[in-house]
Amino acid sequence: MDYSIQVKNLTLNFGNVSVLKSLDLDVKEGEFIVLLGSSGCGKSTLLNCIAGLLDITDGQIFIKGKNVTWSEPSQRGIGMVFQSYALYPQMSVRGNLSFGLKNAGLPKAEIEQRVKRAAEILQIEPLLERKPAALSGGQRQRVAIGRALVRDVDVFLFDEPLSNLDAKLRSDLRVEIKRLHQRLKNTMVYVTHDQVEAMTLADRIAIMRNGVIQQFDTPSGVYNRPVNLYVASFIGSPSMNFFEGKLTDGGKTFEFADLRIPVGDYAFDSKPADGTKVVLGIRPEHVSIGEEAAKSSFSVPCEIEIVEPMGAEVVAYTRVGGQTLTFRCSSDIELKDGDKVTLGFDIARGSMFDATSERRL
Amino acid sequence: MAGFQPGRLFRNINAKIAAIPMVFTALVVFVGGTLWTVVYSFTDSKLLPRLNFVGFEQYERLWSTSRWLVSIQNLMLYGVFSLVFTITIGFLLAVLMDQKIRFEDAFRTVMLYPFALSFIVTGLVWQWVLNPQFGIEHIARSLGMDWFSFDPLNNPQTVLFGLLIAGLWQGTGFVMCLMLAGLRGIDEEIWKAARVDGIPRWKVYVFIIIPMMRAVFITTLVIVASGIIRLYDLVVAQTSGGPGNASQVPAMYVYDYMFQAQNLAQGFAASSMMLLSVLIVLIPWAYLEFGGKKRV
Amino acid sequence: MSDTALPGSAAGVSSASAEMTGARGAKPQRRISPRNIMIYGTLFVVCVYYALPLWVMIMTSLKGMPEVRLGNIFAPPMEVTFQPWVKAWAEACTGLNCDGLSRGFWNSARITIPSVVVSILIASINGYALINWKFKGSDIFFTILIFGSFIPYQVMLYPMVILLRELGIYGTLQGLVLVHSIFGMPILTLLFRNYFSSLPEELFKAARVDGAGFWRIYFQIMLPMSIPIFVVAIILQVTGIWNDFLFGVVFTKPELYPMTVQLNNIVNSVQGVKEYNVNMAATVLTGLVPLFVYFVSGRLFVRGIAAGAVKG
Repeated sequence: MDYSIQVKNLTLNFGNVSVLKSLDLDVKEGEFIVLLGSSGCGKSTLLNCIAGLLDITDGQIFIKGKNVTWSEPSQRGIGMVFQSYALYPQMSVRGNLSFGLKNAGLPKAEIEQRVKRAAEILQIEPLLERKPAALSGGQRQRVAIGRALVRDVDVFLFDEPLSNLDAKLRSDLRVEIKRLHQRLKNTMVYVTHDQVEAMTLADRIAIMRNGVIQQFDTPSGVYNRPVNLYVASFIGSPSMNFFEGKLTDGGKTFEFADLRIPVGDYAFDSKPADGTKVVLGIRPEHVSIGEEAAKSSFSVPCEIEIVEPMGAEVVAYTRVGGQTLTFRCSSDIELKDGDKVTLGFDIARGSMFDATSERRL
Repeated sequence: MAGFQPGRLFRNINAKIAAIPMVFTALVVFVGGTLWTVVYSFTDSKLLPRLNFVGFEQYERLWSTSRWLVSIQNLMLYGVFSLVFTITIGFLLAVLMDQKIRFEDAFRTVMLYPFALSFIVTGLVWQWVLNPQFGIEHIARSLGMDWFSFDPLNNPQTVLFGLLIAGLWQGTGFVMCLMLAGLRGIDEEIWKAARVDGIPRWKVYVFIIIPMMRAVFITTLVIVASGIIRLYDLVVAQTSGGPGNASQVPAMYVYDYMFQAQNLAQGFAASSMMLLSVLIVLIPWAYLEFGGKKRV
Repeated sequence: MSDTALPGSAAGVSSASAEMTGARGAKPQRRISPRNIMIYGTLFVVCVYYALPLWVMIMTSLKGMPEVRLGNIFAPPMEVTFQPWVKAWAEACTGLNCDGLSRGFWNSARITIPSVVVSILIASINGYALINWKFKGSDIFFTILIFGSFIPYQVMLYPMVILLRELGIYGTLQGLVLVHSIFGMPILTLLFRNYFSSLPEELFKAARVDGAGFWRIYFQIMLPMSIPIFVVAIILQVTGIWNDFLFGVVFTKPELYPMTVQLNNIVNSVQGVKEYNVNMAATVLTGLVPLFVYFVSGRLFVRGIAAGAVKG
């Protein structure tokens, strides 16, 4: 297997604070990887370590099979795009694009040609002589991407590149980055806290928390089969409903409040013992209503408490076994406060976690 | 540890080379120089420094020399008056300047320009203005006020106030600027809230604004105080320490013993005492500023 | 030391000028009210106190000695003469030299210009290294530097004399330039460190990815972005070094005395008849350079001195 980036046992301490805890990460050639997590989880720190902008405490980093653990950032064969764009304010767009190439001592003609090509790809040719201050946010980010592009490298690192843009521009540029990846087919590592960006862009997502990778899987993997409670609650909006109860009947029934839910259809990773305390997670979009509900493996009558119309769909809140249940359905179904409905779900689509270890069962 | 890790010493080698002047200044001049002076203050060095320790002898002599005692007394007297007046006047002027007045820039320009001038210039100008033969006293008497007498620089009892007039002239404009910046830094909503509550303006200043400007006051205090301890140029220019020894200050004592009287150790002892007095100002401040909120 | 270093003064640096806009007091009231009369009246009296010495200085310097002896120091000259200025500049005596203050002026210029350049260069590189190229112990040296700036110069004078003597530059202009660079370092380093810490760190990272090293980032990225703070530092240093007296008198010899020292020697010399008009002309001449900097730089000056005030 050709790995583009390999991180082995990466540890980073700031004084007594452990920021990254013996991380391993293997990124395949041409893969689009997203590092996802809430702020302070170490995702940007990991990216900076890969880029060589932070000296690590222990471990190794390989890029294209070469040990670059102690190499200078510019020697690692990477290009990097920053959240604040980090364009050199006193240089024109052309100056920004060619600064790195000049430092590398490339011949003038080569620089000229690479800048031209990058400008073409990103459609910023008319802007080449402008200063960054005269550009819009979207244009600036395009130049920042261009700066990575001209370096003609195999690995692109993105540090929350879209966070400073407004919602509309963000989705436009997101598509553009995806198109760029399809065209260039190089490896990309992309840091974000936005799960929509992660889901739409990534081949694989690494979800991080407290300096540890929780799960490294495809978007559908992290969505459908979260490995622990944290990942389950982090991915999805509105977030997953959790019910804490215990397994009985030799693991065939989940008991919660006064409800008994058959879980025979659930594909356990490891069969837990009878009486284990378990958390059952159900995604709001996996809850069915009305006739659909009747066909599900489990259904229960409920009273709607609050309805939030979102346009194409509706998010509604109700109570099951004394606990709030959030669900999503099409806005074709007319719901209002106080409606009595039947809700159901298929246990096979749910997730079950050990209540003490918080791991997936 | 796996992999090749170049010696820690040589990482960022350029930064380390660039920092050599800073490291040299910090260690050799500031730490080294200070320790050197303190150590040699316990010797009997005269013309040249030599390590013949005599214990606290220099300090005993220092504290039994009337000139030093006068210097210390002067410094404390000047210091107290200077601190009180500089900060009070500076704050009052800042409050006046903060009343949405017109020509604020012009007023500030006039109040601040003395700060651009050296203490030598300041001292010489005021020596001239206070000159009894030609200056204020002369003018007043020539206007028929024969009883008028204003000759602070030639009277040992009042010479410090002559220095004070010049010192305040030079420094209050700057303190005013610091205070004004402090006043402008206060959230305008405080004023709105006070107006809604119907609190008189002077009460707002005394009970709300001044406590909020604690940091500015402390900084100003430290700046003014450390300036006072170094007081030297002004005295040299305005009075040369006279009449007699009436306006001597410690810095002059140090200079004279080190570079004129060729009694080095005595100068070292005096300068070590100056250092001690700075520490007395500095340590409580450092404690207040950094003690409570240590950050990682 | 963390970012809380000298909070008041550091804040003062940035806010002193930034906050100079728009007063925050009560609403302006009718033009002529008792309150306004009081405010403007007080300010006017205060301004007279501040302005008077400058007025007296200039007026005295434009009078002949007979008129000085007769008259009122506040009155403008009846007969304007520039003779005192010429004498102060070219003929006044200090000791054996009778070539006037011009000698001190050129000495001061030869001291101030290299001292300003060297001290600012060193301090700006320090600040840059402290923010972007931290190494083990760098913050400790900085803390020592800052606390060192509060040590009375008198404590370090003699060790400096020894040091300069060992280097063979005691009593020379180079020696004095070194002294100014050393003692200007704490405050300037603080100034630049605070400024560089306000620049986005990602720019520095981007430049490293682009393969620029320590010096290239300093000269091509940081320096062009830091013009304002360099101006502030120049104001601070030009006035501070020009006005210095103590270092001048300790570390140079009579032929090389800076203007302030020479001025003091001229005015406070006990020999001969006192020529007050010449003395005042000399005093004005010595104050011209810092006054020029002050009036030209306006608000930046406030920032400069607010920064320099920590030096005491």
